[in-house]
Amino acid sequence: MCINNASAIIFLAVYVSGINLEVLASEPSEFADRSVWRSSVTAPELNPREAAIAELGKQLFFDPRLSIDNTMSCATCHQPDKGWSDGEATPLDRYGKRIERATPGLLNLQAHTVFMWDGRVDSLVDQVALPITSPREMNMDLDKLVVRLRSVPSYQSAFSGVYPDGVTARNVQHAIAEFEKTLVSGDSDFSDWVAGNEQAMNDQQKLGFELFTDPQKGNCVACHHPPGFTDNGFHNLGLVNVQQDNADLGRYNIRPVAVLKGAFRTPGLKDIELTAPYFHDGSADTLESVMDYYIEGGRHQSGVSPDFKPLDITQQEKQALVAFLKALTSRDAGR
Amino acid sequence: MKIRLMLVIVMGLMGANCIAQEYEIGQKNKEFTVKELTVRVGDKMTFTNQDPFFHNIYSLSENQSFDLGSYPKGNQRSVVAEKPGTLKVECAIHPNMQMIIHVEE
Repeated sequence: MCINNASAIIFLAVYVSGINLEVLASEPSEFADRSVWRSSVTAPELNPREAAIAELGKQLFFDPRLSIDNTMSCATCHQPDKGWSDGEATPLDRYGKRIERATPGLLNLQAHTVFMWDGRVDSLVDQVALPITSPREMNMDLDKLVVRLRSVPSYQSAFSGVYPDGVTARNVQHAIAEFEKTLVSGDSDFSDWVAGNEQAMNDQQKLGFELFTDPQKGNCVACHHPPGFTDNGFHNLGLVNVQQDNADLGRYNIRPVAVLKGAFRTPGLKDIELTAPYFHDGSADTLESVMDYYIEGGRHQSGVSPDFKPLDITQQEKQALVAFLKALTSRDAGR
Repeated sequence: MKIRLMLVIVMGLMGANCIAQEYEIGQKNKEFTVKELTVRVGDKMTFTNQDPFFHNIYSLSENQSFDLGSYPKGNQRSVVAEKPGTLKVECAIHPNMQMIIHVEE
């Protein structure tokens, strides 16, 4: 009773809920200040033990013995010269059938707090086990993998040198994760420009940056935030017809909240030039076709992210955005 | 006269204790400005988006689940605590945005 009375008393104050208190459209983005992009993902400084673990992880990453029939390693799909992706729209599984989602690149994972296109794990160590044990991928039982690796003298010695408990499934996962954390983008035209070298980006690339951060134009920063060019968030870009039976609902399968139907993780954009095709379904072959997609405003409108709107940009501006994205490519990329 | 005055004071104090509170929680830099909060049943929590992109508010907690939808900067959404227990409140778009609300009788 008291609470009802109290509710009545504060009703007017609460009633303002939902009223738009600020006009946003004309506000410049705080991300337009290039200094906010300065704090970037860098290679971790490793002590000798950590370096040994990362080296062990590298061996494991490239070792096909991590798959049930010794035919597939992590590097089968995550190839160094393709931004640690595979260049396929979506990869073939071990039975020659297409997997529904594209192989994500592995650069700058330190900027990520959720993994897989649907963010089903929030730990890189946990993530490592998923493709190893997936029946359609490496199809390896972790207990059998431990037995197999313990029979390899070089692994036995390498594991016991860095882990008190030697070869365990968790240590395999940890070592691979530590190796993956060393995969970071190097210096690029953009990072040089952010550091103060005015000549590092040309006028077209600078225009691209302006468009990228302009809420009225590219508005890419609605989702691609500094420093990793990702908000670690989930957005429906209209790629999926969420009304269709058996549609890939992405994040919604993990968190059944309406806005997440057909939503997938925002990828980082450093070295994005290397990881074509694009989107979770690999449906855009080039960065130009990604821009065309955004200009069109998506394939399906049902449940589309509120941050996603058709881009009102000219062909010249489209090319500037693409030029900017290519300015994010590391000079040592693929080496 | 004295008794009547005392009665008014006591009733006033009871009323003050019974008034449901409203709590303001900001959503800024992809974080809640309050990470943990203790409220009572009937209290209202109002969430204000202070970021230049959409946020969402939902909870799938056992004792109370809700989805207040998505809204842009400057907009607010409110929810009233219905039952005692613990609510984990999150933004669906940005899963790192999480807070805990302890709801007491």
